[in-house]
Parts: sequence; structure tokens; C-alpha cells
Amino acid sequence: MGHLRGEQSFPDAARGALADSQLRRNLGHATTTIRGKRAAVVAECDDWEELRLAGEALKSSTMARLDQHLVELEERVTARGGVVHWARDAHEANAIVTRLVRETGETEVVKVKSMATQEIGLNDALAEAGITAQETDLAELIVQLGGDLGSHILVPAIHRNRAEIREIFLREMPGVDPELTAEPRRLAEAARLYLRERFLRAKVAISGANFGVAESGTLLVVESEGNGRMCLTLPETLITVMGIEKVVPTWQDLEVFLQLLPRSSTGERMNPYTSAWTGVTPGDGPQAFHLVLLDNGRTATLADEVGRAALHCIKCSACLNVCPVYERAGGHAYGSVYPGPIGAVLSPQLTGVEDNASLPYASSLCGACFDACPVRIDIPSLLVRLRAQHVDANRGGVPSPEAAAMAAASWVMADHRRFAAAETASRLGRLLGRSTGRIGSLPPPLDAWTGSRDLPRPPAESFRQWWARERGQGRARERGQS
Amino acid sequence: MSARDEVLGRIRAANSAAGHPLARPVPREYARTGTHAPGSAAVLELLRDRLVDYRATVVDAAGDVPAAIAVALAGVDGPALVPAGLPDGWVPGGVADTGFSPAELDGFAAVVTGAAAACAVTGTIALDAGPDQGRRALTLVPDVHVCVVRADQVVETVPELLARLDPVRPTTFVSGPSATSDIELHRVEGVHGPRTLIVVLDAP
Ligand code: SF4
Repeated sequence: MGHLRGEQSFPDAARGALADSQLRRNLGHATTTIRGKRAAVVAECDDWEELRLAGEALKSSTMARLDQHLVELEERVTARGGVVHWARDAHEANAIVTRLVRETGETEVVKVKSMATQEIGLNDALAEAGITAQETDLAELIVQLGGDLGSHILVPAIHRNRAEIREIFLREMPGVDPELTAEPRRLAEAARLYLRERFLRAKVAISGANFGVAESGTLLVVESEGNGRMCLTLPETLITVMGIEKVVPTWQDLEVFLQLLPRSSTGERMNPYTSAWTGVTPGDGPQAFHLVLLDNGRTATLADEVGRAALHCIKCSACLNVCPVYERAGGHAYGSVYPGPIGAVLSPQLTGVEDNASLPYASSLCGACFDACPVRIDIPSLLVRLRAQHVDANRGGVPSPEAAAMAAASWVMADHRRFAAAETASRLGRLLGRSTGRIGSLPPPLDAWTGSRDLPRPPAESFRQWWARERGQGRARERGQS
Repeated sequence: MSARDEVLGRIRAANSAAGHPLARPVPREYARTGTHAPGSAAVLELLRDRLVDYRATVVDAAGDVPAAIAVALAGVDGPALVPAGLPDGWVPGGVADTGFSPAELDGFAAVVTGAAAACAVTGTIALDAGPDQGRRALTLVPDVHVCVVRADQVVETVPELLARLDPVRPTTFVSGPSATSDIELHRVEGVHGPRTLIVVLDAP
């Protein structure tokens, strides 16, 4: 299924990330900066809430007729000289792209940053076929040269500071100026020099798409650096991999998304460059164009009447930047190319919840992500729903630790007697936690809970015990505690 | 079954499993038109402001476009590249595009073009490969892009901008020069696209 799940569960991976103070500093600085910029440009729009409502309605309406819109998109792209391919899953998409590159006879391709191609693990698949895929977005380049994984949807190298980037460039960039300083301007210049000749000689490019317009067959890529324009314009062949949920019905609908996306993602009124192309234009840009429409779990997500809202995501990353859990744990802890709050919802849905069981728990449910989301995806509600599905799925079988913990918690909380008994038991916890004021771990199955967070030592007396003592003699007697 | 039929079938099954959700009317209560007329002084002022905010340079033509272009090109070494359909006399000594290869384009320090439309609120210029703009590669490879925008091409809002464009033309939306914020979210102008954007405003 590609890069949608990690080797470790979220709690295990997060523990490592939390211990890395450099990572937390880099992340804290970056998310604070971008939150400020976003708030300022959103405040400039008097009609921001109206735009969000339009965005939400556009997305849900599009999903309701997704089949028709995709067929229309296919028709229009084909009519303009493009070739449309359909891929059921990551494996099929990778096989299509690999075959298309092979048919050009090339062994090197340039790539525009794209979540879909990362999701399917395209670079690895191409490498197996002897094809080198050069990432050209600066952050992706940093990640690629560093032999690393991206940790943010928009700024994949957000976990790296300038000194680390300088070291990576000095180590991995052939022909780099050994006097290179860590000044961002110099680092960007080094990347420019390194990539320029690759752009100028590239014959094949691979991109994702931010939007595909059904009525006209137009595809759009939104970017900043011009690396996207280089890839989309200079090579002879262009292969675009697009998730089926990226279609919008009309050109006019872009007026909503092209306002919501840049302000939400980079905190700009508009990103520096957006490219729009329709099939093939004689004399301008690639003369061979292939569009690969990717399912890879999206239709399964669509089948859930509530969870399908996760497909509305326009990958702006605003929810990551406001999430207290993401800010501390970082993107790698999520183990998927989709980190943060939306990743916690999207990854388990794309893979099936049992394959990413700890992710729906990777949230404090504070609601900041919903407020930030330009298309009003109610992420907290979706997380709660996924947790419930996960617990249900484990009923009867051998439960996973999270399911057992949640099941135990809900069984306890569902009945006041059991709850009271658990409170009595928690006094045991108080004894355990006496020296540190924290309980390090509880016995199974509750250790799944304490394994990922410190449980504050319970107060000497619970609220219910205090209430019974002060106000409720009858209830206390009933419980045999008078 | 072909992948196409299978994916389309899965979509239909998924929508039916989800209870056939209805396509609902989209509320479009957001601002579709601005409060200022296209080309009005207020719209031009806003555009100027936004462009400068993006670190683009604005030169007012004051009725003489060739002179303003000459000012914009003052620091450029060598001849400027121009699309074949640029008005005669705008760039004396300009070299018209005859289908140069990417490497050949890289030999030009500057390019001079017209524009298709511009949006003031976001400081965005749209290029749609019209005769005075040329193919997309022209405005990408040279390091300086001088772009002439006529007052009547400037609208206030994004919806007005899109309404002026034909989706099937290859279109590039440019908002300031190339920039990256990938290093500690510190904005650096100029990565792969033109590092200098000079807008010549042709207002009556
Ligand atoms: S869920 Fe919403 S806020 Fe988060 S990345 Fe997607 S669109 Fe942006």
C-alpha cells in the first residue's frame, strides 16, 4: 500500500521524537512562524467563513458525483491529446508510471513535490526499475539528500534547521562550494545550481496535481519555487499522478480553492506560481501527457458516510501547524506520508484502521484543527469515530493494546458502580506514583494508555469520593463506604 | 475488469453504501466581485502595493511603455528575449523566440512579455501564452522577467481574474518572483524561476 504506515506505532515513535530537543526547537519555531502568517492573511478576508462554507459544500457535492466528474475529466483530457490511466492501488500506479518512463527510454526523471507519489512509494519503485527520480522541491531535495523522510505535508524538511541543511548539502551535493554558509539565501542558491542543469536536460517529469477541472480537463499545480514550472514545462513527457478526490467540477470552483489554499498553507495571499495545463498544447510544454488517476483506498474511505469527509482535504497543512500533538511529536511519529491531525484520520482510513490502529489516538481532540481547516473537515469527530470503529473491530478477537485500553475505559465509565470501584483501585496507582508524582505504567491492558503518556498521580480523594463524603451520605452508604 | 471500470464501480458502490449523498447547492456568499472597477486607480494602487510586498519592482509607464521597459532592463547584460507577438518597438534589439531549446533559453538574462490579466488583492499576474506572452518556458528560464500589464487588465478579486481566463490555454499565475520558505520558514526570493520580476504598469 506504499508509505502510509510506519514501522512503529505512534506512541513508540513519539517517545523518541519527544526526547529530541533539536527537533522540538525546529518544529516549535516553524509552526509558530507559520501560524502567525496564516492568521494575518486570513484576517484580511472579510468573507473567509463564506469561502470555507463554499469549499466544504463544493467538496461534498463533488464526492456525491465523483464517478461522473472523473469520466468527464477523462474525456476532456483525452480530447486534448492526453492519455488517462486508472490505478486501483499503489502497486498498479507504480507499474503504470514505470512502464511509461521505460517507454521513453530515459533512466532519469525530475519530480515535482507530490503527496500522491510519496503515498505510493513511487521513487522506490522507479529505483527498482533502474530509474532515478530527482526531487526538485527544495525541502524534498533536503529530505532526499539527507536519506530522510518528510515530516510535514508542505514543508517536508521542517524538522531540519539551517546548520543541518548545510551539512547535508556539503556531504551529498556533488560539486558544492566548500565555503557554503548556513545562510538560507546561500543554501537556496546551492540548490538552484545543483538542480538547474538537471532541469535543462530532463526529458521526463513526474508531478502530482492540486486540482483537476472536470469540465475543461485542466490540471493545476500550486507551488513557490518554480521547480514545478520547470518540470511541467521543459521536458518532453509529463506524467501526472492524481488522487481521484482532487477533481473539481468547474473552472469557476477554483476561485474558492485558490483563495483558501495559499492563505491556509503558506500564509500568503497567493503562492508565487500556479501552473494550469490542459492535455497537450502544440509548441508549448511537454508534447506527451499522461494522467494517472489513483484510488489506493480512497473509494473505501468514500464508503463511510462520515469518514469520507477526510477526502475533502486540500493538503494545506494548516491543521498540522495548529496541533499541539504534532508540534511536540513531529511528523515522523505518524509513520505515514500524511502526518498531523489529517494524517491521523486519513492514513487509517486509506489502509483500514487495523493497519494504523494507534493513529486515531494521536490527538488531544482540542478542536484547533477543525477551526483551521479551510474546507471545514471536522477532524476531532472523525477521530472519535475511528476510535470507536477500532474498538468495535476488536470485539471478540484478540484485542490490540489501544483497543483493550479504550474498551476497558469505556466499560468502566459506562457504569457508576464500576467507575467507583475503579477509583478505589486507582488509589493503588497513587501508591505506585508516590515518589515521582507520575505513574510510569499501569498493568495491562491499561499500560497501552500509560505507555504513551504519563498519567498524573490521582488525587488522594476522587471527586466522587469527596462528593459522597460532603454531600451524599446515602450514595456513600449504598457503596458501603459510610 | 479494467481498472477504470473497477474504480468507477467502487465509487458507485461507496456512494451507495454512504446512502447516496446528494450534490447540494454550493453557497457562494463570498465576495465574487470587488468594490472597485477593473483598471480604476484604486485597483492599480492595490496591485502596486501587493507586488511591492512580494518584492517585485513596479515601474509606471506614464504613457511610454518602451521607455519604461528600457528603465527596467537597464541593469541587464545582453539582449532580452521577446515573444514573437510582442508589439513592435517595445524592445529594440530584443531577440524573438524561434523555439529555443531550454539550454538556449538559459543564455538570456531577461525576457519581456505582456500579460493576460492581473488580480490586485493577491498581486497575481496571469500569463496565458497569448502572442505577446509566448510559450511558458520563456518567462521561466531567464533570470529577469519584465511584464507589461495594461490598466484595463487589472481586476480586484480572484473570481474576477479566473472569469477572464480560458481554462484550455496553458496558464501561469505569477505572484511575485520565485521564492522558497523551506529553510526554517525564512523567505528567500529566487530559486528556480526568475529571481527578479519587474512589472511595467501601463496606465493612461
Ligand atoms: S484537513 Fe483541512 S487543515 Fe488539514 S491539511 Fe487538509 S485541508 Fe488543510
